[in-house]
Amino acid sequence: MDLYEHHGKDLFERHGIALPERAVVTTPEDAARAAERLGGHVAVKVQVQAGGRGKGGGVALVHSPEGAAIEAARMFEEGFKGTAVTRVLVEKLVDIAAQFYAAISLDRSAGTYLAMVSNEGGVDIEEVARSKPEAIRRVHVDAVRGLRSYHARRLTGHLPPEAREGAARLLTQAWGVLVAFDATLVELNPFVLLEGGAVMALDAKVTIDDNALFRQPDIAALADSFPIDPVEKRAKAAGLQYLKLDGEVGIIGNGAGLVMSTLDVVKQAGARAEAANFLDVGGGASSEVMATSLEVILSDPDVKSVLVNIFGGITRCDLVAKGILGALERVSPEVPIVVRLDGTNAEEGRRILAEANHPRIVPAKTMLEAAERAARLAKGVA
Amino acid sequence: MAILVDEDTKVVVGGITGSEGTFHALRNRSYGTQVVAGVTPGKGGQNVEGIPVFDTVADAVEATGANTSLVFVPARFASEAIYEAADASVGLIVCITEGIPVRDMAQVVVSLRGTGAALVGPNCPGVISPGRSNVGIIPGEICTPGRVGLVSRSGTLTYQIVHELTQRGIGQSTCVGMGGDPVHGIGFIGSLERFEADPDTDLVVMIGEIGGDDEERAAEYVRDRMSKPVVAYIAGFTAPPGKRMGHAGAIITGSSGTAQGKAEALETAGVKVGRTPTEVAELVQAARS
Repeated sequence: MDLYEHHGKDLFERHGIALPERAVVTTPEDAARAAERLGGHVAVKVQVQAGGRGKGGGVALVHSPEGAAIEAARMFEEGFKGTAVTRVLVEKLVDIAAQFYAAISLDRSAGTYLAMVSNEGGVDIEEVARSKPEAIRRVHVDAVRGLRSYHARRLTGHLPPEAREGAARLLTQAWGVLVAFDATLVELNPFVLLEGGAVMALDAKVTIDDNALFRQPDIAALADSFPIDPVEKRAKAAGLQYLKLDGEVGIIGNGAGLVMSTLDVVKQAGARAEAANFLDVGGGASSEVMATSLEVILSDPDVKSVLVNIFGGITRCDLVAKGILGALERVSPEVPIVVRLDGTNAEEGRRILAEANHPRIVPAKTMLEAAERAARLAKGVA
Repeated sequence: MAILVDEDTKVVVGGITGSEGTFHALRNRSYGTQVVAGVTPGKGGQNVEGIPVFDTVADAVEATGANTSLVFVPARFASEAIYEAADASVGLIVCITEGIPVRDMAQVVVSLRGTGAALVGPNCPGVISPGRSNVGIIPGEICTPGRVGLVSRSGTLTYQIVHELTQRGIGQSTCVGMGGDPVHGIGFIGSLERFEADPDTDLVVMIGEIGGDDEERAAEYVRDRMSKPVVAYIAGFTAPPGKRMGHAGAIITGSSGTAQGKAEALETAGVKVGRTPTEVAELVQAARS
């Protein structure tokens, strides 16, 4: 789960990381009031889960309460990269002597964490990595021993001498945030050396491990602050893994890998059709889960045909068949539903569907055949 | 031979008294696997259809000589169960549990280094050597004994491809479900290494998906170290960047982790990459004829 900057900063604050004075607001009037209280010279920053705010017009530097109100109003009206903006952060400007970059993230290749510090900050770090790799120092951090003071010294050894001690302390604190809140990414871009000599974080990007939310109840509660597609919300409530996509073939399958593969095979089928969604019913899906899945898919107006691709392992195909028929008693689809069943109790499942002889159900023998039929049906070709 | 599991595998099932644990322990036993013990704290002395239950893995190993641990315990206790198995000197730990926090796994992987224990998973379907031993939840009936090794990040996609192989009369030496989590035990390279050394394996199928760089690193390994042919499949060509597709590891971040990039890396290393599960089976068939 990607947190908003202001959430991340709240977590930073709890671990002693120095930050500018700031306020989260939801109206232009409150933005003006906050700017006034903070002395007039402020940054106004959209709070979204996407990156690239600096380049994309999501951050404005202003020098009066009126300016803050104007920029906040613009951000609320325009949104950011297609996402609605419901809150902005108003933050006091500080006198920057130098900008740097720091991040600690999960490094999958190494099976552990990677800490990085760049002596160039406030810019696209991937660009720095390409054009000036010597600006970045990297250290792997063992998940058991954690980030030690020698790691911090090594990581900050290429910064200006007056910034090193503060930066090293900042890294130790950032590691504390990662551990305390089960983060997979803690990024400070930039963190800065102030004219007065202090080291401070100006931005906070924090990603939390979804698998750890059971032991992070405060963080889990933040999920309600993020916008979610209504169909995705319904699917999530039913325990389904659902993602809306751009095509016209509704997909239901069991297991993430098989569903991803089904999406690919539909596109390769050659009818210029693509998947309208990713939907994984998971293992051991019941009739009820199947019925809900079908309802979710059919509620999407973009869907012109449906492909159900099930390979039964724990999942029993007879229950899948019953679930499909159960859903068809509750909703009357206008689109064809291609069904391919294999694996556990597949013959029983196919027999149940054949006996029902429902006009919308199109049986298919193999995954490839099913994908081709669903793709052609979506495009109205026989 | 085969790899990881065979006739000599003796399984202790962690979480055997839970519904999934019971179901699959019995299914593995009826496949012919030696399921010698189960562990559930507080239920030592009971039995599950004749399989004795112990309070600790160490008790189970002492009493039964178990050498493999199959873990079904819930995510919040799963890392504890892995440590317990390793401390009881179990040589192979297969963790089916999904949803384990990644920091727990990062600690587990570091802690297991240098011990004698190998880990498969978590969030995986397990390991089967058809006709010999089945440790996990892979449906035994879709497999058939033979000489193709298989390693995969996915569950049901593995079943699909195994099914296509079996239908063409192509049997398998061992199928390894390495799991879909970003931090995991034995991966492509660990499996390829074992298959290369296995006299019962002639060819290896590897099934990858978007996210991470396991496939790219496997491609280098194949290029530098493998003499046996490798056929691959990658799921997620149509996946949009930044959206997680079910598996905790299946997400394209920035410009890396795409299916296209993985397929190209593998093809450059001499691996044949099928564009559909069916084409993978056809490539295997062609390579063997």
